[in-house]
Amino acid sequence: MAEPTSTPVKPPFWNNPRVRAMVFQAVALVVTVAFGLYLFENTQNNLRRLGIASGFGFLSSSSGFDIIQTLIPYSATSSYGRVFWVALLNTLLVSALGIVLATLLGFVIGVARLSRNWLISRLALVYIETFRNIPLLLQIFFWYFAVLRAMPAPRQSLSLGEAVFLNIRGLYVPAPQFQPGFGWVLLALGIAAVLAWLLARWARHRQIATGQPFPTLSASLALLLGLPLLTFWVAGSPLVWEVPELQGFNFRGGLVVIPEMASLLLALTIYTAAFIAEIVRAGIQAVSHGQTEASFSLGLNSGKTLRLIILPQALRVIIPPLTNQYLNLTKNSSLAAAIGYPDMVAAFAGTVLNQTGQAIECIAITMAVYLTISLLISLVMNWYNRRVAVVER
Amino acid sequence: MNGFKTLTTATVVFLLTAGTAHAGATLNAIKERGFIKCGVSDGLPGFSFADEKGNYNGIDVDVCRAVAAAVFGDSTKVKFTPLTAKERLTALQSGEIDVLSRNTTWTSSRDSAQGLHFTGVTYYDGQGFLVNKKLGVKSARELDGATVCVQAGTTTELNLSDYFRANKMKFTPITYDKSDESAKSLEAGRCDVLTSDQSQLYAQRIKLAKPDEYVVLPEVISKEPLGPVVRHGDDDWFDIVKWTLFVMVNAEELGVNSKNVEEMKKSTNPDVKRLMGVEGDKGKDFGLANDWMAVMVKQVGNYGEIFERNVGQGSALKISRGLNALWSQGGLQYAPPVR
Repeated sequence: MAEPTSTPVKPPFWNNPRVRAMVFQAVALVVTVAFGLYLFENTQNNLRRLGIASGFGFLSSSSGFDIIQTLIPYSATSSYGRVFWVALLNTLLVSALGIVLATLLGFVIGVARLSRNWLISRLALVYIETFRNIPLLLQIFFWYFAVLRAMPAPRQSLSLGEAVFLNIRGLYVPAPQFQPGFGWVLLALGIAAVLAWLLARWARHRQIATGQPFPTLSASLALLLGLPLLTFWVAGSPLVWEVPELQGFNFRGGLVVIPEMASLLLALTIYTAAFIAEIVRAGIQAVSHGQTEASFSLGLNSGKTLRLIILPQALRVIIPPLTNQYLNLTKNSSLAAAIGYPDMVAAFAGTVLNQTGQAIECIAITMAVYLTISLLISLVMNWYNRRVAVVER
Repeated sequence: MNGFKTLTTATVVFLLTAGTAHAGATLNAIKERGFIKCGVSDGLPGFSFADEKGNYNGIDVDVCRAVAAAVFGDSTKVKFTPLTAKERLTALQSGEIDVLSRNTTWTSSRDSAQGLHFTGVTYYDGQGFLVNKKLGVKSARELDGATVCVQAGTTTELNLSDYFRANKMKFTPITYDKSDESAKSLEAGRCDVLTSDQSQLYAQRIKLAKPDEYVVLPEVISKEPLGPVVRHGDDDWFDIVKWTLFVMVNAEELGVNSKNVEEMKKSTNPDVKRLMGVEGDKGKDFGLANDWMAVMVKQVGNYGEIFERNVGQGSALKISRGLNALWSQGGLQYAPPVR
């Protein structure tokens, strides 16, 4: 047994793990920054040597080309910067719609997969195994070149009540034209939403205090529909519909869903829903059967059991992989370029890049956009995940 | 996504290639490598089109073969890279290809801001419209409200907007990366009109299932001088590609073709003698073999031969020489003298 020495020898600083860690990190930082600077310098030199314009000045010069789908006013005299916003909004539109539809469809298929009905569960199984195992690009081509190409020509359009028309150029629906006074309806909707929220709060407090449940859902729905409708009637129906009409080559007026957008959305929704269905199935199966039995023995019916016992626990398992699917869907929407839907990749990283020749700037902007969208989705989903996570007591 | 991948690769190449800035870099690399990397179209009959055996044919293809014959004395030393309109300029800028010979229009911004050199004009073209006869349209002025298929990232896309704007007409553009997709969409009725350079319209039409049902409208709405392109930074290479084209035209003018090259070497005409490398050092001035012009004409042909074989009377397209006749025959093809 050695006696503990009174003054321990201080180890040399290079053996100190803290110092070492700091040194390694500093070296890594310097190397990374130096490499970045080298790339930047090198690129600048190459561009200068080849006489290629650089910088972001091109964003303010006029584009000179037209785009098939623009959510904001745009013409050939608008700037390349405007093209950026048009392209970004087109990407966001198809991604947002895709996420909502894929989630709804995925939850339905996922629950159907666990159905005790043999036919329903097998159908769900066939759906999942078919659509998640066919490459997405092929599915997009299938919808675009096989299904939507089989639609009739504009003059032979399928029509519904002479207001909705379907042909190879797209789905034409009447467009709402808001008249003065429609603002009151929107205001009423806002008031109804606030009232519904207050009602839900009051109902929850009352239930906690007295155990008395309140039909919050139906009451809120009545409020949200009733109040705006009443205002609409009082304000003298300040809304007219612009019906699409066949003029010359095409239909004019109304809103149009172009087949490029429809096939992309269909393919993204159906493909991603197959993955979401499996995630939902796994999430529900992760909640042990004892929970259901306990809930039944407490006297809750099967609807309440699903809503109050199973889903809150299943969501904790579902949310993280669901986030991945949302990110995938958003990034997969860049396959739009294959069928001419003017999204970020097709319109901005494609046409603008080609017309200006400024590859580095356009690719960098596009990558930054996808990165930002993905990080924002992750942020929201992580926040939601923390809300539904188990609260340790 | 193929196009996006190419663009991204090109960008990465930009970021990584060492900046060795001296003239002759491209030519030196080509000589070391032993073949020319040539960017061509992704399938356009008459200009660059791969047959069932995978051999490329067309005017644009022959230009690259001619350059290979000039540099290596062997017209087969070319590797062809099919590119979409969207990919082509970035591929050239980043050095993925040495020369782009892909029915590309010579414009000011491509020559300046995009850092490129057009080496001449292989085909004087103009933009037109292809429509189904069933529409009963006789003139482009009747196209108000039409849906138009067009290739993404082309001058065609810009001219289309200009033309409709100038004539106060409306249209819906559908932009595809590949010309085949545009043609298929026209057939399916997704668009009423296909717009492109007129030569391309004729080429696209013979690819349709029922070519007779489609008609090219009379209007030509733009000037489209199509030619090979190189990037800035290697003047020697620029000269070789430029003069390959001029030699083709000069050869036709002087009556030298692939069949009579050997006889013409005995010609007494001093112009022909210089072209054949029999008199003077005109070939050597380019840093190549002195008889490269004769070798090139023998292996690939003169301009007239190349034209007739690929798009003229010897082809399915049957396009007449028109603007592309020699200057001495009322056309625009004119080359500076070899001297």
